[in-house]
Amino acid sequence: MGDFVLDDFMIRALVGGCGIALVSGPLGSFVVWRRMAYFGDTLAHSALLGIALGYLLGIGMTAGVIAVCVGIAVLLVLLQEQRQLASDTLLGIVSHSTLSLGLVAIAFMETMRIDLLAYLFGDILSVTWDDIVWIYGGGAVALAVLAFIWRRLLAITVDEDLARVEGMPVLAIRLTFMLLIAGVIAIAMKIVGVLLITSLLIVPAATARRFARSPEQMAGTAALIGMLAVLGGLAGSLVWDLPSGPSVVTSAALMFACSLMVPVPRAA
Amino acid sequence: MASKNGPLVAVRGLSVAYGSRTVLENIDLDVGPCEIVTLIGPNGAGKTTLVKSVLGLVQPSSGTITLRPGLTVGYMPQRLQVERTLPLTVRRFLTLWQKVGRADLEKVLVEVGAAHVIDSAVQTLSGGELQRVLLARALLRRPDILVLDEPVQAVDVHGQIELFNLIAEIRRTRGCGVLLVSHDLHLVMARTDTVVCVNRHICCSGRPEDVSRHPEYLAMFGRHAEALAVYQHSHDHHHDCAGEVVALAEVRHRHG
Repeated sequence: MGDFVLDDFMIRALVGGCGIALVSGPLGSFVVWRRMAYFGDTLAHSALLGIALGYLLGIGMTAGVIAVCVGIAVLLVLLQEQRQLASDTLLGIVSHSTLSLGLVAIAFMETMRIDLLAYLFGDILSVTWDDIVWIYGGGAVALAVLAFIWRRLLAITVDEDLARVEGMPVLAIRLTFMLLIAGVIAIAMKIVGVLLITSLLIVPAATARRFARSPEQMAGTAALIGMLAVLGGLAGSLVWDLPSGPSVVTSAALMFACSLMVPVPRAA
Repeated sequence: MASKNGPLVAVRGLSVAYGSRTVLENIDLDVGPCEIVTLIGPNGAGKTTLVKSVLGLVQPSSGTITLRPGLTVGYMPQRLQVERTLPLTVRRFLTLWQKVGRADLEKVLVEVGAAHVIDSAVQTLSGGELQRVLLARALLRRPDILVLDEPVQAVDVHGQIELFNLIAEIRRTRGCGVLLVSHDLHLVMARTDTVVCVNRHICCSGRPEDVSRHPEYLAMFGRHAEALAVYQHSHDHHHDCAGEVVALAEVRHRHG
C-alpha cells in the first residue's frame, strides 16, 4: 500500500476530499440544525441536470451545476410560499424529477461520453488539480461568507420571527445559505457523487453533536470528522477498489455508529 | 388613555386578511407609555395576528399602524422551539441578537429570576424558565414597549401569577409600555390598565373591572369566567406575596 499512497491521483483525491470536508462540516451543521437534509438531497439530485446543461451550453460543468442548484433552490422557496403541497411531497417531486430529467438529458446527448457512475457515486480518479483549485478557492469563499452571516444565520435558525423583529434580513440570509449549499454540492460532486453528497453534509455533523457544547465546536468537530471519513474512505477505496463516494460515506457512518457508544455529555 | 407624549403604538382601522378569509376587521388600538394593555379573546380571534401586525410580521390589508419614532420594541414570542441538535446555552442564546456585556447579561437574568440557568442548554429549560429567558432577551434591547404573546402558556397557574407580577414589576421599574396577549382576564385583572376584547373586531375595551361585566365579554367568556373565579378562590389563602394581590383583585371583582 505504501507505493499507492505516493501516487499523484491519490494525493489529489486526499487533498480535494479534505477541502470538501472542511467546508461541509460547518455548512452541514446548519443543514442539521435547520432540518434541511431533504432539501440538500433535492439540490444534489438536480446537479446531474446541471452537468448536462453545462455541456449543452458550453459553460462548463461546475457553472452548470451551480446555476441549476440555485435555480432549483429559488423555485423551492417560491413553491413553499404557495403552501399548496406539504414540504416533503414537494421535495420528493422536485428531487426525483430533476434526477430523472438529468439522466434523460444525458442519455439523449449521444456525442457526450460521460461516466455516469462517476457522477452518481463519485470517482477519486477523476479529481484534477483544476478541481482542487475550485475546491479550495470556492471553499474559502464559502467559509468566509458563512463566517460573515454566522451569528444572524444562527439567530434565524433559532427563531425566524424573532430575527425579523430585530430587523435581520431573513430572506437574504436564507438565500445566501442556499447558495452556499449549492456551491458545496457543485464542488463535492466529483468525489462523493450526487446521490451521496447530503450524507457528507449531515453524517459528520450528527456525529459531532455528541461532543459539542457550542455551535462553533460542533461545526469544527464536524469538519474534523469529515476529514477522517475522507481519509478512511479513500484508503478503503484504494485497497479494495471501491467507488470512492460510498466508501467515504460508509466510513463516516461507521464513525457515527461508534459515536453512539460514547455517553452524551450533559449540557449544563 | 390620555398620555403626555401620545401613544407608543397607535393602530387605526386595521384589517388583515389571509387570502379571502378576514382575520381582523377595523381595529383601533393605543398603547401609551407605562401602560399595560391586554388583548383577550377566544382561540382564532386574531390576537396573535394583531400582535404580529404591530411587530411588522404581518402585512395589513388596510389601516395604519404608527409607532412612535425611534421606538424600541422588545418581543417575547408564544414559544420557542430550538432544534435539539443545536448546542446552545442560555448565555449564547441571549447574545445571538445583539452584543451583550457579561455584566448586563447576568443582571437581566437576575431581574427576571433566571440567573441559575445561564449555562443550561435552552432545550432543557422548564416552561417557566424559558419564558423568563425570553423575557430577559426582550429586556436586553432596553425596550420602550414590551410585546408579549401569551407569555404564560406553558406555565402552571402558580407560575403564571408570578410571571404576571414580574411583568407588572418590570413596567414599574423600567417605565415601559406593555402589549400583552392573554387567554383569560382573571389572571391579568389586577396587573393590567386596559383590556381589549378581540374577536375579529373589537368587542369591548376599557378598564378590566368594566370589561368583565360587559355583555359581549360575558357572552364570550361567561361560563368559563365563572369557573375560573371559583378555581382561583382556592388560591386566596396562598402564603405568597403574589397571593395577596390576587386575593384583593378577586374580591373586588366578585363583589363589585
